[in-house]
Amino acid sequence: MSTDIRIKKGLDIKLKGEAEQITTNAVASNVYTLLPVDFHGITPKLVAKVGTKVKAGETVFYNKENETMKFVSPVSGEVKEIVRGEKRKIMAIKITADKEQTYLENPTVAVDSADADSIKSALLSSGCWPFVKQRPYDVIANPDVAPKAIFVSAYASAPLAANYDYVLAGKEAELQAAVTALAKLTEGAVHVSVGKSSNSPLAGLNGISLHKVSGPHPSGNVGTQIAHIDPINKGEVVWTVTPQDLVIIGELLLTGKFNAERVVAVVGSVVKNPKYYKTKIGAEVSTFVYDAGVDSDNFRIISGNVLTGRKVNPDGFLGYYNNTVSLLPEGDDYDLFGWTKPVFNKVSISRALTFSWLNKNKVYDLDTNTNGEHRAFVLTGKYEEVFPLDIFPMQILKACMYNDLDEMEALGMYEVAPEDFALTEFVCVSKQPHQEIIRKGLDLMLKEIG
Amino acid sequence: MALKQNLHNLKEKYKGTKMAPLFNGFHTFLYAPNETTHSGGHIRGADDLKRTMNTVIMALVPCLLFGMFNAGYQHHLQTGEVSQAVGGFFSGEFWNMANFWVGFLKIIPLVIVSYVIGLGIEFIFAIKNGHEIEEGYLVTGMLVPLIVPVDIPLWMLAVAVIFGVVIGKEVFGGTGMNILNPALLIRAFLFFAYPTWMSGDKVWVTGAVERTNEIAAGSSADAISGETVLGSLAQGQEVAFSVADMFYGFIPGSVGETSTLLILAGALFLIFSKIGSWRIMLSATLGALVMGFMFNKVVDFGWITESSKFYALMDTTFWHHLLLGGFAFGAVYMATDPVTASQTTKGKWIYGFLIGFISVLIRVFNPAYPEGVMLAILLMNVFAPTIDHYVVQGNVKRRMKRLKAKTA
Repeated sequence: MSTDIRIKKGLDIKLKGEAEQITTNAVASNVYTLLPVDFHGITPKLVAKVGTKVKAGETVFYNKENETMKFVSPVSGEVKEIVRGEKRKIMAIKITADKEQTYLENPTVAVDSADADSIKSALLSSGCWPFVKQRPYDVIANPDVAPKAIFVSAYASAPLAANYDYVLAGKEAELQAAVTALAKLTEGAVHVSVGKSSNSPLAGLNGISLHKVSGPHPSGNVGTQIAHIDPINKGEVVWTVTPQDLVIIGELLLTGKFNAERVVAVVGSVVKNPKYYKTKIGAEVSTFVYDAGVDSDNFRIISGNVLTGRKVNPDGFLGYYNNTVSLLPEGDDYDLFGWTKPVFNKVSISRALTFSWLNKNKVYDLDTNTNGEHRAFVLTGKYEEVFPLDIFPMQILKACMYNDLDEMEALGMYEVAPEDFALTEFVCVSKQPHQEIIRKGLDLMLKEIG
Repeated sequence: MALKQNLHNLKEKYKGTKMAPLFNGFHTFLYAPNETTHSGGHIRGADDLKRTMNTVIMALVPCLLFGMFNAGYQHHLQTGEVSQAVGGFFSGEFWNMANFWVGFLKIIPLVIVSYVIGLGIEFIFAIKNGHEIEEGYLVTGMLVPLIVPVDIPLWMLAVAVIFGVVIGKEVFGGTGMNILNPALLIRAFLFFAYPTWMSGDKVWVTGAVERTNEIAAGSSADAISGETVLGSLAQGQEVAFSVADMFYGFIPGSVGETSTLLILAGALFLIFSKIGSWRIMLSATLGALVMGFMFNKVVDFGWITESSKFYALMDTTFWHHLLLGGFAFGAVYMATDPVTASQTTKGKWIYGFLIGFISVLIRVFNPAYPEGVMLAILLMNVFAPTIDHYVVQGNVKRRMKRLKAKTA
């Protein structure tokens, strides 16, 4: 079964600083960090203490709600510091890496013959489970609820996102192992989407349902693909995994090692030589960002892409799920008559003296300025132009703002994740924080309905 | 730049104080703020609400300038100082500085009163409620002088603006929350509170009231009669203007509503810039044509005779309705107000169509108040949330159906 997905509504934001397809080994980071903020909704229960020696793949903490769900260290070394915030909330767990890396030897799994339970427990105990996320709610999957299908998007359409075809080349064996294993956890299909004209290593996998995707962003968002292939209904659950995480899962199943290695694209207009770096989850971003060269002294480092990533400090760390690090100039300056003068160097979907419609292929050097202040919702019909789901975006945002659970459910809240609202947020004339509104709405539903 | 730095320092100084919104209101007019993204995506599109509102104002400026020329032209036409413009749209009788000057002196005070009073109220509420000054009134403030008769007393305008902004908008929570279009509410207030100033044949041409008083005091000058085309039709009188005059806008009427040609140009600009909803403009036009056509047919079939008081307006060729009164202005600039219009795409078609349809209906059946478009838009403003509700329910039902198909 294979269906092509063609998206018409959307917006490709073309930015300067796309990564050249060269991979360099990043300098080994001294310290690696696990950030519980990456695992939304999880309350960590620590196993390791300051001073504990851990191997790569050894448990650092587990999920308070579900003890079998382990979170493991990406490297071998010594727990250096546990950073706590208000009410002793764990903010970060820092691990000093050994010079010589040793790996915890998990038992290997014969994916072709293993049954669902053994695969599930292997993933949970080895620390691979957090790579499996679920919708509704866009959180780490609940292992007790079988999904109706599993979705993998191997087409990154977000601005400057790492090219999956490039970073996954040669990983066919790991991908196949992971897909075969995951397929046993669902009654339904494993849906894999690749770019229409790509030579993705995932296209040749067995046991999947392949989809070819084309059209502007958010065509590569897994939420867009779910909506086209098999939309989520009330009471249903689907799982999503990103392809670079499938590689880690596959390697664990094949070799028993939790290998946190990851090829990361360093991109953005302030990067002198945007390219790819081989590093590990939780590494200090400074180990590769400065090697790529930075052309500015007032910039922002984002772990992830520019639409959905998280701001990190220059001494910050690569997020658990990210394979792109974006650097943008900070836009903390005033702009004389910025609200009325003709604009040639910014992206807009209107033509109100904004001229990005003149040349669709122009690349832009956007900064982090909001280009205006926060206002009430005024304009209508704008979000729909960039929002391909069969959902009323403004109505669902408002339902989230006034916490109407019934309305949120009726309008399709089970189908969405914050990232689906990244583009509506980008075009929002009222500069409303759409992703935050949706995240809060999902959290409320998770708490009240579950 | 020194100015930039000084203003920045002032902004920091006022931060958190009651007066901060007032200062920021002026500051952000000079400089787009230095705010950066702090949640969600890290980049944002180029448009903000100020740019959007500004685009609408740009689309209104031709109507304003035309209104100034027209006010003078209508006055001079009545006093006999100019002759009927015959040279097409660019006729010299119309476009001369004497005309402009009369209109300028009449209309600029209207603009000033509208903005000073309206923005003043916005400022007071922003300071009181501690939120930033929202740009909603920028467009309202420009619309108001364009939809009132040129000779309206300034105090009357001021009272109406206070009513419209406070009751129409601020009590609902300000910009983006209102149910009725504030500019139309201001006009409706004037219409019902001071009916003699908003209809009849004495208010549409500047100087008419004065001259009437002079005549009453014994002057021998000719009376100035300024009736709108719709007014004449409603009373079954001959219309003294050609269709070309109506299209160009060389007719008496509210300040900015007369020139269908320039309104059309503004509409094209709004559609091109993607600020105005072409769906509403088009469907309102269609609605008016359909209703007008039906009335024409009623006359054709002989169901109504010349003795009827509705005859003249019903017999008006259906597409002339687009050129008369405030229809074009309402459909382009007022019906499309995104806050009070339908918010869904399908809803916009229904909403617009009904505005056009009801406009002509009211126009024909209520000769006392021949201006139907204002009431039609206000009525549909009230119904817009209901229309949206049913459109959204369609989406909800589709989702329910999908679920049922699954479980069945």
